[in-house]
Amino acid sequence: MKQNVLAELVEIVGSANVSEAASDRITHSYDATKEQFLPDVVVYAENSEQVSKIARLANTRKIPLLPRGAGSGFTGGTLPIRGGIVLVLTRMNRILQIDSDNLTAVVQPGVVTADLQKEVEKQGLFYPPDPASKDFSTLGGNVAECAGGPRCVKYGVTKDFIMGLEVVTPQGDIIRTGGQTLKNVVGYDLTKLIVGSEGTLGIITEITLKLVPKPEAKKTMLVQFETIEGAAQAVSAIIREKIIPTTLEFMDAATIDCIRSISPIALPATCNALLIIEVDGDPELIEKQAKRIMTVIEPLGIVEVKVAETSTESEKIWQVRRNVSPSLRKVNPDKFNEDIVVPRSKVPDMIRALEKLSKDYNVPIVNFGHAGDGNIHVNVMVDLREPEMEEKVHEVMEKIFATAVGLKGSLSGEHGIGTSKARYLSMELDSATISYMQAVKNAFDPNNILNPGKIFTADREEQISSE
Amino acid sequence: MSSNKKLIDLEEQIRQCVKCGVCQAHCPAYRENRREGDVARGKIALAASLLDGEVGLEKSLEDDISMCLMCGSCVNKCPNSVATPEIVGAIRREVTANKGLSLFGKSLATVINSPALLKTLTKGGAFLSPLVLKKVPQSSGLRLRFPAPLMKNRTVPKLPFRNLFNLVPEFIKGVANKPTVGFFAGCSITYVFPAIGKTMIDILVNMGYSVHVPKSQGCCGIPALSAGAGSIVEELAGRNSTAFGKYDKEHIITACASCNGGIGEYYQTMHENDQNFTDKVIDFTVFLKQNGMVEKLGAMKRWSERVKVTYHDPCHLKTQGITAEPRDLLQALPNVDFVEMENASLCCGLGGTFSAYHYECSKAIGAKKIPGLQESGAQQIATACPGCIIQLQDIINHAGLEVKAVHLLDLIREALAKE
Repeated sequence: MKQNVLAELVEIVGSANVSEAASDRITHSYDATKEQFLPDVVVYAENSEQVSKIARLANTRKIPLLPRGAGSGFTGGTLPIRGGIVLVLTRMNRILQIDSDNLTAVVQPGVVTADLQKEVEKQGLFYPPDPASKDFSTLGGNVAECAGGPRCVKYGVTKDFIMGLEVVTPQGDIIRTGGQTLKNVVGYDLTKLIVGSEGTLGIITEITLKLVPKPEAKKTMLVQFETIEGAAQAVSAIIREKIIPTTLEFMDAATIDCIRSISPIALPATCNALLIIEVDGDPELIEKQAKRIMTVIEPLGIVEVKVAETSTESEKIWQVRRNVSPSLRKVNPDKFNEDIVVPRSKVPDMIRALEKLSKDYNVPIVNFGHAGDGNIHVNVMVDLREPEMEEKVHEVMEKIFATAVGLKGSLSGEHGIGTSKARYLSMELDSATISYMQAVKNAFDPNNILNPGKIFTADREEQISSE
Repeated sequence: MSSNKKLIDLEEQIRQCVKCGVCQAHCPAYRENRREGDVARGKIALAASLLDGEVGLEKSLEDDISMCLMCGSCVNKCPNSVATPEIVGAIRREVTANKGLSLFGKSLATVINSPALLKTLTKGGAFLSPLVLKKVPQSSGLRLRFPAPLMKNRTVPKLPFRNLFNLVPEFIKGVANKPTVGFFAGCSITYVFPAIGKTMIDILVNMGYSVHVPKSQGCCGIPALSAGAGSIVEELAGRNSTAFGKYDKEHIITACASCNGGIGEYYQTMHENDQNFTDKVIDFTVFLKQNGMVEKLGAMKRWSERVKVTYHDPCHLKTQGITAEPRDLLQALPNVDFVEMENASLCCGLGGTFSAYHYECSKAIGAKKIPGLQESGAQQIATACPGCIIQLQDIINHAGLEVKAVHLLDLIREALAKE
């Protein structure tokens, strides 16, 4: 990094918040994809004005600028693949307002999702999006990637809870989108455009969130099925019964095999699929809903049902789910984790296709996830030390994406595209659509300084087409 | 003789980090500073880069590695249980081997390695006083964890005149057919809180055990481990296993969570670990529960005047899953109304020698316990680690609360005295 740029950065945020030491560059070179790219300099910002000045500097000097929160993304959203400035926003972590009259909250982007949830719940309010990383991922990151989670089947995803944003543009202007009101049709809906833009269009420096009243009670059930078809039919049966549970989590046979020995609830060998169903709301209503759910799923080949009567029992059921991720390594050391999504009625077709791929390529594929919204976490478990395994994995991945798209699904439900899925983009989007998106990017950020090289690969030849 | 692992010995662990970031939610230092270099994932990345020769032991890396309390909170929540405190310890030892010990480290080394010096210093009751500092310019035993001039306004307990070894004989014969147990006192109980040790020994004698309290036992080595003084840890591990090798024992009891972690956890990771010593180490709450203390206390008549007490989980017990036993004892105590507090399991911020290097951060970490403590309405906060007691009392004093930090054995002593 040029000395005069460094000097300007120091002037903006102070010398304690700028570092080009090797150790700092290393600790800001990765995210949860495990890939590493060294930035040239690491900067910690504390307010929008600093962010604005840094953006202006980066834009003038044409230096890549990478906004970063917890760095827990799964698709490379914060990887400095072309070096540049990593701009860390974790210290902008104040909850500025919780408004129980208007059911809104205003936060800085570095607030950890679970920290906000804890605070609003103290006031009887609720912020539903619950990505698995909620205990450490930041709201800024959640907005940039449009994070989801188990509860989204009932409540919706992050974008459904964002009312307004303060954004620093690549030119360093501080703009406001949306606002404090539910209804707002003045001008383009820039809020929706920024949500899920993966840090490529602007830097989010303040977020106005929609809150809902905290549900009075919840009821958790764990249902074991003989077959995956039974579990899938149960999902359809529940929805047809006009009940939208808070969560409808499923695990396939391969997943159950991984956790059988450590599960706090006995999972017999006849159990080949399971659903964790949770309903929330008025205590009387959820009792009725639970009963109706049990009635409609009863004929679908049930091995065992466990309905939690206490919060401890409910916790035990969720423990079964939490056991999954740490147990996957038992299968093989290297995990390729994708988050495809299909219309919920197509979940059984997708699972069958995955089982076939697993057999054809002789690689274990472990599937679990959010059956209620068709979002399946596909985990191809391999040992990369085996010869030619990497090529094999890519081939399997490609087939998985093609199948999902073929079922009118999508490459990613909640993790985003980033660098990991950029080469597959044209399997889902036609070239006119991609060009339209790139035109947006060029209009917002003509110098391509913000998170360059993400979503769209530089070279269109690299794209893998579904044709 | 047992020897420390080197960074290269931990390579497999280091490569197991999947960089998910879950440690951020549990690391006291990260939660305070929100800097990636402070959290386990960052330190593991640095360790990997060190092994790969991509970075050297430069100043900024040393700073990142020093920002760790070695509390183990990250290990418990890590999907692959990567042992970051071990990795941090190994890097600190490399720093030491490369540059020599820091000022604190050096003085620490002199004192904890010399029980005689420690004894002389504490006998005068001059703990932390500037007078002693004149005589021993750099430090004194425990004082090294609490070096006064650099920790402005730290409050510390007054030292008793007699240490534990003045109060109890080295061996106390129990009833026939009852096995022998050992008591590993540790520096804080020996010199600062001997009454806690005396209570534990009295209870053991009362139960009929023969009790061995070898005077030749030394520091457990946790402060030296924390400071990167590898050879001292090795020496202490050897000395302690020799000291306790004298009688055949069923258990070696600790009443200090850090000592328990040092011997029961850390020694076990060393090459040539003396299992006959380390496998016998047991925390007093686990031992007392196994020996019917919960039932005994529960059967006693409840006092009409009880004190409201909450509990702080010492990291070295929490990470071993010892969280129910102390609470069972507290609930059974006839002189106590036990209440939970929010954030009971948050680290107090002491962290070996961490607070000596980063006192401001250490205080800020500890202060996170205050709202939960206040909300609980407790008059006392009990714990099972003397280090935590000193730190908690300091934090409480700084917050201006009227709460007293006590050892669980202080409360048990009080209850049993009425028997």
